[in-house]
Amino acid sequence: MVTVPVEHGLMLAGVLFALGALGVMVRRNVVFTLMCVEIMLNASGLAFVVAGWRWGQADGQVMFFFILTMAAAEVCVGLALVLQLHRRFQTLDVDAADKMRG
Amino acid sequence: MLELLWLVPALPFAGFLVLALFGRRLSRMGVAAVGAGSVGLSAIAAVLVDTSFLASPPAGNAWTQVLWQWVGAAGFGPQIELYLDPVSVVMSLVVSVVGFLILFYSAQFMAGDEGYNRFFCYMDLFVGSMLTLVLAGDLLLLYLGWEGVGLCSYLLIGFWYVDPANGRAARKAFIVTRIGDAAMAAGLLLLFTNLGTSEIQALMQRASQQWGAGSGFAVAAAALLLGGALGKSAQLPLQTWLPDAMAGPTPVSALIHAATMVTAGVYLIARAHVLFALAPPVQMAVAVIGAVTLLYAGFAALAQSDIKRVLAYSTISQIGYMFLALGVGAWSAAIFHLMTHAFFKSLLFLGAGVVILGLNREHNMFKMGGLRKELPGTFLTFLIAAASLSALPLVTAGFYSKDAILSSAWTSGAGSRWLWAAGLAGALLTSVYSFRMVFLTFFGELRQKPRLKPGICMVVPLATLSVLCIVGGSVQVPETLGNVRVFSDFLNVVLPPAAAHETAGTEAALQVVAGVASVLGVLVAYYLFLHRPQHVERWTATLAGARLHRLWLAGWGFDWAYDRLFVRPLVWAARANKADFIDSFSRAMAQLNVAAHAALRRTQTGHVRWYAMVIVMGGVIAIWILVL
Repeated sequence: MVTVPVEHGLMLAGVLFALGALGVMVRRNVVFTLMCVEIMLNASGLAFVVAGWRWGQADGQVMFFFILTMAAAEVCVGLALVLQLHRRFQTLDVDAADKMRG
Repeated sequence: MLELLWLVPALPFAGFLVLALFGRRLSRMGVAAVGAGSVGLSAIAAVLVDTSFLASPPAGNAWTQVLWQWVGAAGFGPQIELYLDPVSVVMSLVVSVVGFLILFYSAQFMAGDEGYNRFFCYMDLFVGSMLTLVLAGDLLLLYLGWEGVGLCSYLLIGFWYVDPANGRAARKAFIVTRIGDAAMAAGLLLLFTNLGTSEIQALMQRASQQWGAGSGFAVAAAALLLGGALGKSAQLPLQTWLPDAMAGPTPVSALIHAATMVTAGVYLIARAHVLFALAPPVQMAVAVIGAVTLLYAGFAALAQSDIKRVLAYSTISQIGYMFLALGVGAWSAAIFHLMTHAFFKSLLFLGAGVVILGLNREHNMFKMGGLRKELPGTFLTFLIAAASLSALPLVTAGFYSKDAILSSAWTSGAGSRWLWAAGLAGALLTSVYSFRMVFLTFFGELRQKPRLKPGICMVVPLATLSVLCIVGGSVQVPETLGNVRVFSDFLNVVLPPAAAHETAGTEAALQVVAGVASVLGVLVAYYLFLHRPQHVERWTATLAGARLHRLWLAGWGFDWAYDRLFVRPLVWAARANKADFIDSFSRAMAQLNVAAHAALRRTQTGHVRWYAMVIVMGGVIAIWILVL
C-alpha cells in the first residue's frame, strides 16, 4: 500500500486554504464568498485529519466533526445574511454593503 | 447698650435685603422709608452705642463684640468681630449720620428716576459695608467691607448705565482702585504669614514686638497697605478715577466719593498707625504724597468748569491734607479733618445737587450764575460749606481741623517747613477755587431759572449739615484760642499725640498766617472771577495761558499719560495676542489627534473583502515573523 507522505497532505490543505482566502478577497459575489469560506474550513479540517493520521490518533477526526458542525451553523447565519443583503440591495455584490465605512 | 453694636452694620444690610427681595412690590414711599429708615435706625443705634461708650468707657477704652467664628482652619481663625474704640466711634457716627442725611436727601433728589429702588438698595449695601469697614476688628473683615464699598462705588458710578460713558467711568474707578486693592491684599497676607493672626490689635502688638523700627518687613507691609489706601483715597498716582466717578448721581458723590468711602484709606492708615510708625520711610512717603496731591488737585480744581469735578478735585486735595497729617504723625488731626470734611464736602455736594437738579442736570458752572436770589437757602448752606472748605478763620469747622494739620506739619518731629509751606499754598488755592465756584454759581447775572425748589427732604439735611459745619470745629480748639481738647483727648487714648515742640507764640503766628492765606484766597477769587473776569479771560487767551488751562483742566494730563503708558500697550499686547500664543501648543496636540484619526478612518472602508485581506495580511506577517 502506497502511503501518501504527510507533507503532501499538508501542502494540499495549505493550497486549498490559500485558494479559499484568495476567493474571499477577490470574489464580489457573496455566495462565492461563503463558498470560499467553506473551502477554507475544509482545508483546515483536512490538515487536522492528516495530522491525526500521522500520529495515529482519533483526535484529528474528532476535530473535523467539530468543524463540520460549526460550518453548518456558519452557513445558516451566512445564508440568512445573503437573503438580507439581497432584500436590501437587490444585488449579491458584497461591496454594495459598505454603509459602515468610517 | 454696647451690645447693640452689631445692629449698626446689620440694619443697613437688612434694608438692602428687603429692598433687593421685595423692593419691586413696595411703593416709592415704601422704598424710601426702608432705604433711608434702615440707615436712620442704624444711626440711632450708633448714637446709643457711642454715647454709652462715652459715658462709661469700657476697660482699655475698647470693646470687642465677637459675633461668630468666620473660618476655622489650622492656625487661621478670623472672626466676625466688631471693635469699638474712639476712632471707630467717630467713624461710625460720621458714616451713619451723614449717610442717613444723604439718603433722606436722595428721597427727593432721585424722585423722578426709574431706578429708585435700585438706588436705595445699593446705597444701603454701601452704608452697611462702610460700617463693617470702620467697625471691623479683624483685618480680613475690614477687607470684606473694603471690597464691599468698592463694589457699591462701581455700581453707583455706573448707576445711569444707559450712557456708555458712565459705564466706562465705573470700570475705570473699579480697575484703578483694584491696583491699590491688590497691593493691600498682598500686605494683608504678608502681615498674616509673618505675625500669625489677622486681628488688628493683636497684629499691631506683635508687629511692634517682633519688628524693629525700620525693619524690612514693617516697611514692606506698610508700603503695601499704603498702596491700598492710595487707590481708595484717590491720592497720587492712583487719583485719576475720582473726577470721572462724578458720573454717578450727586448723592452718591456726596456719600461715597466725598464723605465716607474715599476717606477709608485715611482710616486704614490711622488704624494701622503702629505699623506705619515702625516704617519711617513709608510714613514720610505718606506725608510727601499728601502734600504733592493737595497741590496737584488744588491747581486742577482751579481750571474745571463742571461743578462736580471742582468738588472731586477738592476732595482729592482735602484727603491730601489728611495724608499729610498722617505722615507727620498727627493722627487725631487727620481724623478730625476727616470728620469736618465729611460734613462740609457732603454739604457742598448736596447743594450742588440742588442746583444741578434745578437746572435740568446742568453741570457747567459758566451756564449757572445769579442763583443767590433764586435759591437763597441753598446759597446760604453752600456758602457755609465753602467757607468751611476754605477754612475761613474762627467761624468754620474747617479752620480748626486744617489749622491742626498745618501746625502739626510745622511743629511735629516728622514735619518740615516744606510740608507746611505746601499745606499753606494749598489752603490759598482751596479758598480761591471754592469761592470761584461760589461766585460763578450764585453771583453774577442769572442765566437760567431753576425749575425746582428744594423740598423738606432736601432742606433738613442741608440745614443739619450746615450746623455741623459751624459747630463741628468746637470739639477741638487750639491753645491760643481757648484750648478745647475734647476730640484729641478722646482719640489720644488710641492714637499717640503728635509731638509739639513750639511755643504758643509760634502757634499763634502760624494760625494768623493760615487765616490770612484763606481770606486772601477769597479776595483773589473775588477779584479774578467776579470783579475783573476779563483778566482771566485775556490770560487764558494767550498761548501759555491756554496751554496751562488745558493742562489743569485735564488734571495735569495724568489720564493722557496713563493712556499712553499703560492702557495702549496693554490693548496692543492683547490685540497682538488675540490668537492666544500659549494655546497654540494645546491646539497643535488636538490637531495631531484629528489628523491621526482621519488617517485611521481611511482603513474603515466598510468592504468585507478589504477586512478579509487585512486579516490575511496580518496572518501572513505574523507567520513570517514566527518562522524567521
